[in-house]
Amino acid sequence: MNIALFLQMAADACPDRRALTSGDVQLTYKDLFSSAKKAAVLFAESGCAYVSVLDESSPAAPIALMGAAMAGIPYVPLNYRLSADHLHELRQRIDPAFLIAADESAVLDGAPMGKVMSRSGFLAKLAGESEVDPSFADDPVAVAVQLFTSGTTGTPKAAILRHEHLVSYVLSSVEFMSADEKEATLVAVPPYHIAGVSGLISSIYACRRVVQLPAFHPEDWLNLVENEQITNAFVVPTMLSRILEEADSRDTGQFSTLSSLAYGGGRMPTVVVRKALETFPGVNFTNAYGLTETSSTITLLGPDEHREALSAPSPEAAARLGSVGRPLPQVEIEIRDGKGEALGPLERGEVFVRGPQVSGEYLGQENLSADGWFQTHDAGYLDQEGYLYLAGRTDDVIIRGGENIAPAEIEDVLLSHRQVRDVAAFGAASDEWGEAVAVVLVMQPGASMTEEEVKEHVRVHLRSSRVPEQVHFAESLPYNEMGKLLRRVLREEYS
Amino acid sequence: MQMKPGLRLKSTVCEGEVMVVRAEEGGELTCGGRAMSDQPPSARSSGKEGQMHGCLMGKRYINAADSFEVLCIKSGEGSLYFGGQELMTKDTKKLPSSD
Repeated sequence: MNIALFLQMAADACPDRRALTSGDVQLTYKDLFSSAKKAAVLFAESGCAYVSVLDESSPAAPIALMGAAMAGIPYVPLNYRLSADHLHELRQRIDPAFLIAADESAVLDGAPMGKVMSRSGFLAKLAGESEVDPSFADDPVAVAVQLFTSGTTGTPKAAILRHEHLVSYVLSSVEFMSADEKEATLVAVPPYHIAGVSGLISSIYACRRVVQLPAFHPEDWLNLVENEQITNAFVVPTMLSRILEEADSRDTGQFSTLSSLAYGGGRMPTVVVRKALETFPGVNFTNAYGLTETSSTITLLGPDEHREALSAPSPEAAARLGSVGRPLPQVEIEIRDGKGEALGPLERGEVFVRGPQVSGEYLGQENLSADGWFQTHDAGYLDQEGYLYLAGRTDDVIIRGGENIAPAEIEDVLLSHRQVRDVAAFGAASDEWGEAVAVVLVMQPGASMTEEEVKEHVRVHLRSSRVPEQVHFAESLPYNEMGKLLRRVLREEYS
Repeated sequence: MQMKPGLRLKSTVCEGEVMVVRAEEGGELTCGGRAMSDQPPSARSSGKEGQMHGCLMGKRYINAADSFEVLCIKSGEGSLYFGGQELMTKDTKKLPSSD
């Protein structure tokens, strides 16, 4: 069991089909397989314990991912946006590594052991090598990918995904060669994000062409959709908001090839989803919920459910737009209370997940229970029909006088106000309640609201306990580069 | 031979090749009526009549009890049997692409 087998199959089945477009570079499946095999030999000969890429999306990412898999060496893409200190610390944790970097000189400082090559040097080296045919290992428990978590709450953890997890995920969610020759998927998430990794593997198994966008800008994204005749794409919520703003000034007929747009990686406000459905009426929208530790997607809300929700025959169907859907066939979801007891439908608790794609492992630390369950630290509930609704991280739940309040509830209501551009709710220390509800609002350009109007809007739509005690206004909210809100920063700033 | 997940096996009657996804003890995996092997066959044998309907790359094959599963990684003319039982193709639930 090895993810590289998927590339071998794709190269066997459709050698001359285009596999990758990255700027001016085009690779067929035969080319990609050949490059990965050469890379595998290079990696194995280096004696390094890790293969790492410190770069934006480029052909080096899929080549290194598959080459490392063949060589039986963990692939560890690093976040090129990290500060030099943080990068240095992560590099110490993957020493010795065969590192492929955008710019060789930038990472030589303090590079411990191992080997550094520039992306262009690496690709040129492979081009100059003669064809090889290494056999590759089939050990299902070998580590395929190691991803450092974003570390929004502390030191980044090294999440481990073994071949068996990624293979299970792909086999249960993708049909081999299900894409036709015209299909192309736009990968805009960076290579160090789980969706960047799973997107490559899934596309290869489907034999769908991958088009890389090295760094996300909404104009570039829309231009690529048009110029490369993109049919599929995955975006995180902030990307979608920015794409929609940009699309306002364009003729959406230009994007007629786009048929499927999946989103995930963070909470998507329902107002944004509604706008997306209106802006791109011909597009199939899919909401995907997953974590690094679960090899990507574990629940899906599909295109039909999106359309039903929009036409809203019943309040239940309309509310589904706020759901992340139902579990994949091999995945089980359970909601549990603070004592670990399983809860019934509509009861709020913490999300637990189990299935063959769930690794739940950090380097040196196994986090699955004896019977295979993984605690996600996400709060939420299931409805009668098994649809999952999320309510933020359990650490972010505001406990006001013993009552649990999900920040998402308050944020959704405030975001539905047309004067509000962005909002975050969090718990602020309170003598009276233990924690009080605090909100920080970013207004639309030229708009304004008084503190009392904000409170009144929440009071009208929610219970009085949800009315914020503190109302702050700001120019912007702190997000990390993947659009994850940094509530910790807000708590520090406003406490 | 001990069946274990990840094991790759070749047919001796055709080009067919599979990878074991879920293993179960006590059965022999055959293609075209001949045992499959983890070694390349030295010579190709002829398949058994009635067991040559083919296996298709990318299809997953399971037994009736759904306790044994292989992924066909190379198409061939032989059909796959485990413990004397013909394996059936497993339908992947059609899911929208999510990444």
